[in-house]
Amino acid sequence: MSYKTDYNRVAGLGRAGEGVHHFWMQRVTSIALVPLTILFLIPFGKALGGGYEALVATYSSFGNALTAALFLFVAAWHFAIGMQVVIEDYTHGGTRLVLLLLNKLLSFALGAAGVLAIAKILFSA
Amino acid sequence: MADVNRGNRPLSPHLQVYRLPLVAKISIMTRITGVALGGAALLIVWWFVAGAYSPEYFAVADGLLSSLLGKIVLIAALWALWFHFANGIRHFFFDLGKGFDLPTVVKTNWYVIGASVVLTVLTLLLV
Repeated sequence: MSYKTDYNRVAGLGRAGEGVHHFWMQRVTSIALVPLTILFLIPFGKALGGGYEALVATYSSFGNALTAALFLFVAAWHFAIGMQVVIEDYTHGGTRLVLLLLNKLLSFALGAAGVLAIAKILFSA
Repeated sequence: MADVNRGNRPLSPHLQVYRLPLVAKISIMTRITGVALGGAALLIVWWFVAGAYSPEYFAVADGLLSSLLGKIVLIAALWALWFHFANGIRHFFFDLGKGFDLPTVVKTNWYVIGASVVLTVLTLLLV
């Protein structure tokens, strides 16, 4: 018989210490993306194919720039944690470790690139 | 214990011989569209970065994304986005413990498919 407490038998195993954080953030980002998707798509769709003038006209507006930056930032976050589950489901061992690292690094690099590009367009207009 | 009733028990469905019900096809399509939307995000961020870089480079990105090939890819991405979005909304109800009974699932399957098409057409009309 073990003299360990229930807590000590599970501490440090698996998701201990993180709990439902991953699940919860997937929902938080989903909820945020409901309005952000709509607010992003309309001005983006109108500017697309309109040349440089349309880009500057659309994203020199603070509201359009803010919603586009928020959309890309939250979407990158949502993608990073969603893709993490896909990788965990289908890969193992060293491959999994490498893919998990690349996933986080590239997802947030993509989000940051989008946010910075939008900021530059906004402030240089 | 592991050998009790071996061979004479219900087995879990195997992907290669089991015809997936519509709800399962929608489930895997939600994952596939989610992964594919990462590729669409790459194109969109490229478009913004090109715009931040120079007007000349932006003309290349904007021209490519509004070409026939670009339009086909982006319209497919738009449908993928609304499909992922619609099934995501259904999952909010699943999270609340609602809509798990079979008649409701069969009905909401078609809501998801219908909404993905309607929202795609609506977006194309609006922009």
